[in-house]
Amino acid sequence: MDDLLLNQFLLLGAALFCIGVYGVIARRNAVLVLMSIELILNSVNINLIAFGAIHGSITGAVFALFVIAVAAAEVGVGLALVLLIYRNRKSVDLNDVAEMKG
Amino acid sequence: MLENAWIIPLIPAASFFLILFFGKRLPKKGSEIGIAALAICFVLAIATNVEWFSHVDDAEHAAASSHSDDGGHAEEEGDSQEHGMADGESAGVLLPAAPDAEAAASAPSADEGQTDFSVEPVQKSWTWWSSGGHEFTVGMLLDGPGVMMLFVVTLISLLVHIYSTDYVHGDRRYTHFFAFLSLFTASMLGLIMSENTLQLLTMWELVGLCSFALIGHWWEEKPNSDAALKAFLVNRVGDVGLICGVIILYFGAGTFDIRTINEMAISGEISHLVLLVAACSLMAAVMSKSGQFILHTWLPDAMAGPTPVSALIHAATMVVAGIYMVGRLYGVFFQGLSIGISSVNLMAVVGGVTVLGGAALAFVQSDIKKVLAYSTVSQLGYMVMALGVGAWTAAFFHLFTHAMFKAGLFLGAGSVSHSVHSFDMKEHMGGMKRFMPKTYATFIICTLALIGIFPLAGFWSKDEILAAAGQLGGDGSYTAFLVVGVLGALMTAAYMTRCVYLTFHGEPRGHAADTAHPPHESGPRITVPLFILSGMAIVAGFANIPNSGALSWVPDGMAVRFEHFYEPKGDYFPVVLDTFAHPEFSLGVALFSTVIGLLGIGLAYAWYFRGLGPHGITERNRLARAGHRVLVEKYYLDRLYVDGIAGAIKRPIARAAYWFNQNVLDGIVNGIGSGMARIGRFVYDRIDQGVIDGAINGSGAAASSTGQGLRKIQTGRVQEYAALLFAAAALLAGVFIIVI
Repeated sequence: MDDLLLNQFLLLGAALFCIGVYGVIARRNAVLVLMSIELILNSVNINLIAFGAIHGSITGAVFALFVIAVAAAEVGVGLALVLLIYRNRKSVDLNDVAEMKG
Repeated sequence: MLENAWIIPLIPAASFFLILFFGKRLPKKGSEIGIAALAICFVLAIATNVEWFSHVDDAEHAAASSHSDDGGHAEEEGDSQEHGMADGESAGVLLPAAPDAEAAASAPSADEGQTDFSVEPVQKSWTWWSSGGHEFTVGMLLDGPGVMMLFVVTLISLLVHIYSTDYVHGDRRYTHFFAFLSLFTASMLGLIMSENTLQLLTMWELVGLCSFALIGHWWEEKPNSDAALKAFLVNRVGDVGLICGVIILYFGAGTFDIRTINEMAISGEISHLVLLVAACSLMAAVMSKSGQFILHTWLPDAMAGPTPVSALIHAATMVVAGIYMVGRLYGVFFQGLSIGISSVNLMAVVGGVTVLGGAALAFVQSDIKKVLAYSTVSQLGYMVMALGVGAWTAAFFHLFTHAMFKAGLFLGAGSVSHSVHSFDMKEHMGGMKRFMPKTYATFIICTLALIGIFPLAGFWSKDEILAAAGQLGGDGSYTAFLVVGVLGALMTAAYMTRCVYLTFHGEPRGHAADTAHPPHESGPRITVPLFILSGMAIVAGFANIPNSGALSWVPDGMAVRFEHFYEPKGDYFPVVLDTFAHPEFSLGVALFSTVIGLLGIGLAYAWYFRGLGPHGITERNRLARAGHRVLVEKYYLDRLYVDGIAGAIKRPIARAAYWFNQNVLDGIVNGIGSGMARIGRFVYDRIDQGVIDGAINGSGAAASSTGQGLRKIQTGRVQEYAALLFAAAALLAGVFIIVI
């Protein structure tokens, strides 16, 4: 019964993760890429909380809380970068930001 | 002092270095250091002698008291004698059939009137170095002959030092001269004290080196440096013999220790053949160092050195080293050459030939120092002959007296030549008696001592040698050498009279006749040593007055003191053998030799002073001319050595060496050179350029191409990086799943 319930959560997490990865790799808009990263992180959060709930442990929830905090910080920095890129280029297309090409 | 006598050679050795380093800055240019060092040595040598005398007397008293106590000592003595004899027989020494009685009868005075006692020599040794578990020592072995030589060497050397301050005054290498006099003395003193044959060899070479330096003192002139080289090279010939002898004795006895070698030789522990070969090898060394025929040729040429050096060489240091070596290893010679029981042996023959050959050459010399040099050769012949017939004491006594009067003669000759600036008796001397009365008086005394006129020193020592030649030995004894000795005495008297005549009598010639600068008597620093030496020439003979035969009335306490104190007594000296004996004083021989001496003087007087006899015979008579020519050419020995041996050898050898150099050595060198160049080129081309550079360039190129390859994925697009990241993560996850 629990296993069945857990599978639901894991499948949800995996679906979210795949959508996130797709977004990160395929979207050109930097803001959408950041949002996709959020999706990946949240898919991981779902897994953590699901495992924590099944095992009756609070550890998973604490981990998820930390991930949310770090993700907030990350998004803060990321959006600031995107904002600056936009100001300089009037564009947030990631294909245009390739100055580091070797 | 006896125990610490080793300090005596160290004093002049230290003085050598002091003079060398500080001599030039001192007011007397270093001579004062040398004289002070030698004066200290002389005093110490006298102290050593005095202590040695009491040491001998103590041993005698101890032996006498134990003898009277229980007679055990005598038994022991007898045992050891029998022991020695038995071993001697087993070693192949041929003893007469009914030996004991006969040997005792033929040696009447052997043990007469003296108790058998042994005197322990003073021995000390320190480790010099050790190698392969064998310790090589350096030390001192001091007994009778050693302390006697200490006295002689330090006395003569001191007088020579004093004399030299005047004689070489103002010389260009004055300091250097005194430094080497010190070293010369030090090495001779070291040789005297040598405790083992290796030390003996070292000191022997050091003596040779110093003689080289001093003979060639005025090396700017070619003949002088030639003479020095000749002395050095001729001595090398003999040194080979010494080295061989030392090695043979080492393998025979298993030690370098002189005392042990002698003890083993006398007790017969070393086989007779080994001893014979060793003795013959060592004879070569004696022949070169002590100027015996046929290796004497360096000695007259050594007159090229300054006169004080000649005196030192001829009286105290260089030439007596050979005699001393024989006396030191007398056990080896005595047994090896069967001296006690034969009637002829190598050593006696060499000595006998030298006595006559040297004396004959002295007749045709016009250089006063060369007359004296050949006289030394002849007198050394006497010493070797005496050792050869078994008269050890006679030989060393003659060495002692000869040192005194020959040093006196050389210094006298130097005094004369100092005044006329020449050594040529025929050109620049004559009538010197008038100008130099003091030198004349001392020269006459020393000449008479050399001739052997009673009661001067030479009389006693030469007479003892003649008596020994007449009495010692086996069947028939050494009578032939008595004849040789008497003939030698006749010739000695004649050539010395000629020398005195040419130098001091007749009319002045050459420089001596120069009225603007007439010759003058030398200063006190020259004459005082002459007085001392001529005084010694008068009294030295009384050191060993015999108390046997016609002189048996001489009290025991005065007679044969030299033999009593200076002859070694113990197992390491042949005195323990029955065949060893002392000669007895023979009035007949003494009178005869004196008459012969006077006859020689008389003949020479008649010939030279009175002008009697067939003068000019050497021009008229073919035979006489040929004989004279042989003497002037010195028996053609120098010609033989230089042209015959050296010349014959050096041409082919030089040519062969040149060929060898051109073809073999140059070939090898060139071959090695071009081979090396080829190897170098190969290394450059293949290894350096190919392997090493290739590795370095290859690694660079690999890094560069890897970089080029990796550059392609460095697109700068974040999303491609992310894709790679996720792909890699997926891959890892896949691997993870498969593996788990």
